[in-house]
Parts: sequence; structure tokens; C-alpha cells
Amino acid sequence: MEFKDYYQVMGVARDATEAQIKQAYRKLARKYHPDVSKEKNAEARFKEVGEAYEVLKSPEKRAAYDQLGQGPRPGEDFRPPPDWGSGFEFSGAGAAAGHADYSEFFESLFGAAGGGARNRRGFDNGRGQDHHAKVMLDLESTLQGGSRTFTLRVPEIDAEGRLIAKERVLNVQVPKGILPGQTIRLAGQGSSPGPGGNPGDLFIEVEFQPHPLYHVDGRDLYLDLPVAPWEAALGATVKTPTPGGPVDLKIPPGSHAGTKLRLKGRGIPASTPGDFYVVLQIALPAATDEKAKAAYRALADALPFNPRTALGV
Amino acid sequence: MGSIHQDALPGVIFEEYALLSVDELSRLCAVDKTYIVELVEEGVLSVVEVSASEWRFAGSALRRARTALRLQRDLEINLPGVALALELMEQLEVLRRELKVGR
Repeated sequence: MEFKDYYQVMGVARDATEAQIKQAYRKLARKYHPDVSKEKNAEARFKEVGEAYEVLKSPEKRAAYDQLGQGPRPGEDFRPPPDWGSGFEFSGAGAAAGHADYSEFFESLFGAAGGGARNRRGFDNGRGQDHHAKVMLDLESTLQGGSRTFTLRVPEIDAEGRLIAKERVLNVQVPKGILPGQTIRLAGQGSSPGPGGNPGDLFIEVEFQPHPLYHVDGRDLYLDLPVAPWEAALGATVKTPTPGGPVDLKIPPGSHAGTKLRLKGRGIPASTPGDFYVVLQIALPAATDEKAKAAYRALADALPFNPRTALGV
Repeated sequence: MGSIHQDALPGVIFEEYALLSVDELSRLCAVDKTYIVELVEEGVLSVVEVSASEWRFAGSALRRARTALRLQRDLEINLPGVALALELMEQLEVLRRELKVGR
């Protein structure tokens, strides 16, 4: 098992005061809170920081942890010493509610989340508990619908009363037209309350994976489309990718960088579907060979053009 | 029973049909009803008026209430702070979108 250097996780010295530890925790918690942070590993970091704080904020746990010394070098195998924990009394045993994800290291030292008495609420009215999860969807699933396989981590209480995270694989028919920030409800896929009662529901919050081509704004989709200067100036018909496959798009003459062209109703489906917008960008051919340079020179000779008139120079 | 080869479970978009009472919303968030009332009083949740006799919330209130709850628990901020954080996060979201889309 991997030794965790909680001081390093929190970025504090080993002799940090309680106040310093609390301050460091607050700062990191705000930085990595999964609702606030857009960093990729935010949730994992938030849990790691929470675990470190759980130990360092409690004088008993911290003292016991300090007894381990620096541990083996990070990443090396760690076993708790046989006399571990003797002489310490851990008040408020176990972990705060809602954490199924303490590391093996933490659990070997301080036990799992502290008995099966927790998390039992929600079994009232003979109805099982609702579950909540979060998934990342690709844009294609909202455009076309269709089934997707989700792997969810479900907290569960095992036979020994420990809280563990179990993997659950679900095949879900994704409703067409779902938007980021919306929720898929799966009736009856929450906890079972035991015989006779109705199971709870499963709520899956949806976010979209960034698409390599399209940006989403509400139900509208945006594509940046590079065009040649002469295509923009003279007008042209160019091949354009759309979620439904490539189309021939007419660029009107006199277009410029930032010109927005709309393909009505080709956004995210709904009773009033979103639109598909193409935003033109002018791409310049590189003047690397003599032929290209000559062409640019000819253009410069032919056109008296000052792109900076608006700047007063 | 194979869990992978099952038929796909039909999912529905909760926000599109749900109209929630205070009871339902508090049950879905696993909080006391008074907490929902506090969120309304602070302007975090808005009530969709259907009948004057009872409050109703749009389905989107579920996610908002749960986010408020998490912020409050995890970061130990008070309700006005939560309301401010949520508003700023929304503005940030709008700006992020404009950054990608506009030009």
C-alpha cells in the first residue's frame, strides 16, 4: 500500500499549527471543489485534500500519524506497524459522512467510514434511497440519442459494515436533445428498501466532453470554418462538416473574418431545435515559394489597401 | 443476469417534465424542508408559480439545491456566500462560453 504524505498533500510544514492547516485546507478545498474547479483531476485532488485534513485537523489522529515518521519513500510499500494506534483514542471514529473514497492507506490506519449505522436515512415510507451520479457525454449522444454504457461508483455497505465503493455498469438509453447541466432520471435504479418497498431512482447529471470541432451554446452549435481570402471575398461553395455529415455551404461574396452563417435547425434536437452556426476565419496561404511571393506582390500592387485606417494611422 | 448485455434502460430528461413540491425537493436532496425554504428566501431557488397554495419548483432546482448543499457542507460557507458563489459560477460559465463561441 502506498504511504500518503498528508503534509505534502496539504502543502504545509510538519510543524504547522492547527490554524495554518485549516487555512491551507480551506484554500485547497475552494480550489479543487468539483463544483467550482474546472481542473481535470479536481475531484481526486479534493478527496485527497479532504482525507489529509481529516487526519491533520484531529490532534489524536495527527499525533498517531506523526508517529509513523516520514514513512517509506513516497510510492514505496507501506505496512502499519503492529503496535499502531495503541495509546491513542480516536474520537468521532471513522470518517465524515459521504466519503466512500478514502485511500487504502487511510482505512488501514483509521478504519473505514465507521460502522454501518450511517447513511441509513431515506428508507422512510418504504421507499429506497435515490442515487446521484455524474457522467461525461459525447455530443453525438444528444444529437442522435442511442444507448451508452456508464460505469458508476456506488457507495455500499459490505457484510462487515464497511462503506465501500462498488462499480456498477449501466446501459442507458440517452434521451435525444439532453443539454449539459441536465439530468437523466432512471426510475427504480436507486437503492432497494427490501421486500415490499419501492426502490429509489437514479439521477445522472450530464456534462459534455469538449468536441474537437463544435462548441455548444444552449441548443446551438458553433463551428469555426477556415476559408481562403478569395473564397471570402468572391464567394464560394465549400465543404463544411456538420454533425449530420458534410454539406456544401455557400459563402456569400464580401464575407470577412467573423461572418456568421446559420444553418437553421441543425443544432441540438428539440421541439424547436437549435441552430448550427458557421463562423468564418480567414486562413492565409504561406508565402514560402517564389510563386506564392509573386502572387502576394501582384495583389499588393493591384490593391491600394490599408487595413489600419480605423486606427488613425 | 449479465449487467452489460441488458437492454438499455430508458432515460428521461428530468428537467423537462419535473415540477417539484417542497416535499419532493427536500426528499430528493435528503434535507429538511426548512433548508429548501431558506434557499428560496436567499434567492438561490426560484419558485415557479402554478397555484398560489403551494410552491412548485422546476426540475433544474434539484441540481441547484444539491450544488448549494455541497458548497455549504464542503467549504463551510453560509447561505449568502453560497448564493454569491452560485451567481459568480454562472457568470463564469457564460463568459467561458462566449470565449469559445464569440470572436
